[in-house]
Amino acid sequence: MTDATRNDTTAAGDVVDVDLPGDAFDALLAAADTLEPDAVVRFEGGTLAADDDGYVLETGGDRRPGLGDRELHEALADHAAAVTDWYLFERVVGEFGPRRAFLRWLEDADGLPVARRYAALADGVVREWGQLRVTATVTDRGERRYEVRHVDDAGVAHEDLTAHDDPREAREIVTLDADGRYRPLKTAPTLRTGWVFPELGPREAYETVETVYPATVANWYREREGELDVDHWRETMARQSGIYGVVETWDRGEGHEHVNWVAETCCADSQCLKRREWEYDADTDLDVDGGDGVFPCREPCSLVVSAARKWTRLESEPERTYEFELTPSEKEQLEALIDAVADGRIDEIREADVYKGANRYRTRFLRAKRFDGDGNLCGVPTDPDGDDAGDGE
Amino acid sequence: MQSLVIVAHGSHLNPDSSAPTYDHADTIRAVGAFDEVRTGFWKEEPHLREVLRTVEGDEIYVVPLFVSEGYFTEEVIPRELRLAGWDVAEWDSDGLSADQATLVAEDIGRAVHYCGPVGTHAAMTDVIVRRAESVTDDPDVGEGFGLAVVGHGTERNENSAKAIEYHADRIRDRGRFDEVRALYMDEDPEVDDLPDYFESDDVVLVPLFIADGYHTQEDIPEDVGLCADHTEGYDVPAVVDGTRVWYAGAVGTEPLMADVILERAGEAGADLGGALEDVRETTRVATGD
Repeated sequence: MTDATRNDTTAAGDVVDVDLPGDAFDALLAAADTLEPDAVVRFEGGTLAADDDGYVLETGGDRRPGLGDRELHEALADHAAAVTDWYLFERVVGEFGPRRAFLRWLEDADGLPVARRYAALADGVVREWGQLRVTATVTDRGERRYEVRHVDDAGVAHEDLTAHDDPREAREIVTLDADGRYRPLKTAPTLRTGWVFPELGPREAYETVETVYPATVANWYREREGELDVDHWRETMARQSGIYGVVETWDRGEGHEHVNWVAETCCADSQCLKRREWEYDADTDLDVDGGDGVFPCREPCSLVVSAARKWTRLESEPERTYEFELTPSEKEQLEALIDAVADGRIDEIREADVYKGANRYRTRFLRAKRFDGDGNLCGVPTDPDGDDAGDGE
Repeated sequence: MQSLVIVAHGSHLNPDSSAPTYDHADTIRAVGAFDEVRTGFWKEEPHLREVLRTVEGDEIYVVPLFVSEGYFTEEVIPRELRLAGWDVAEWDSDGLSADQATLVAEDIGRAVHYCGPVGTHAAMTDVIVRRAESVTDDPDVGEGFGLAVVGHGTERNENSAKAIEYHADRIRDRGRFDEVRALYMDEDPEVDDLPDYFESDDVVLVPLFIADGYHTQEDIPEDVGLCADHTEGYDVPAVVDGTRVWYAGAVGTEPLMADVILERAGEAGADLGGALEDVRETTRVATGD
């Protein structure tokens, strides 16, 4: 990253070595040529206007009227960084709010002057977005290049990663996790590693992020603008219809503990990288943490709604008292099993590690000892009065 | 700036569900008729609820990648896209004739052209025929062949059967195949008894579904008897009670589907330039020459 000496020099106004390319220069001229009367084109440290005598360049109190194309190009050579920066954000990136704000945020364009930014970009400016690591750099023509890879691949050499150049190729990367299982939630922290988009342009960088984490930039942008439209649990469930209409009935006016459980289950950072901003309703916050993600979650997602439908049915069952005979270790083993499944640690428990309650041999032993021929724990039927087996699958 | 938004069901369980949506979006991007092509889903991301905020254009065409008019096109999609003042009467449809409605999407405060589903468009008939050509690898397939168009019955959606019959009738009227029949999964005439409904030795079976998944990969192959268990897979063609059944899988995976999406957007006012011709050309079945 940028060293202090270089920062000092550039902060004093020294210009990073950028050649003014023709496309940026032509675009600036075109902008000046199509101005309303008395208007100017503003770039950092200067303005450009056009009148009948030629172009009028003003920089730092110095006004130079009557410039022709060649003179203007020479004059702007000292401001090449500022002009290429103007060209990037006003012409290449375009007006679309989320894309523009995201690409400016990547290099702190609203916080740092051009010279300091270009000095930092020369070495690479890194930002993280979920599990993405985005490194922005600048070429000697003032163009931006973006490298996108997994945060866990931060120190990995390019040749050890599979290179991609089309943002659409990210669709394949996000479909399956490292174990080859389908990822139904794009913001789950299960993005696989081993790939890199080594050299993207600004629009491609935005599209790559949009492909990996759809709509996260748009929602982050709305939040920055103070316009994030949050739909809380109650209104989201009230909106559902068809097979999901039943979820509304889970709210029985008996508090929101069930929604705490849902949020703890589905929305913790270990399950989803969005920062939950929705609550039970506008007046009732949930009691569990919403997470630390950089991009917000504005309403219960379709996975939460689907799971909530199942829980609505399961939670409509009245509780019963069962009596099981277990040793203390067997009780603890059941708890260890639930923990291991809930935390996704089953695959980490080694074949012969019989010291772990969720080890397969330990679990098979428990089943052999405690299940009857019908799969009932300790031979206790689910429904002692009949064959209603509940819905415990 | 002109934008196309393809909206589809998607799946929490099946990674193949969204594949046709992405494929057709890519086909349309490649012909360049739209400044941007976005996709949104009911079960995947971006969700229908949030897809419009990712759209940059000011002329926005929303095309549902669904096979028939019904619950999703009439209720779920307009609600989730927040189309202000939506009423199904906007389409003035008999169950097959929904074309488009222009409404303000409250999410973005801009008008969108909300189109009828691809499955009921007349051009969909050509896609079914093209699907038969693809699965038989014969661009002239027809003579000596029967064609079965298969869908859900009316149990789930009364318009589902209308779309099946509409296309079956149109293909029959062309006289290309020896026999054409509409068959259903949950009502008579049932696809389970397919050989009973055809005299031809060869029958192409085209399910009117958008994506391959449970129905097209498990239900129908087992019901028809292409295999005893879907995990075993099946041959194409597979012989069932003396009939060679050429099972095509979901029609929605046929590349020509991109043409129907374009037709919908074009009829809603999109400027397509030469995109229709380009898509028809790029998705043609190779003749093998």
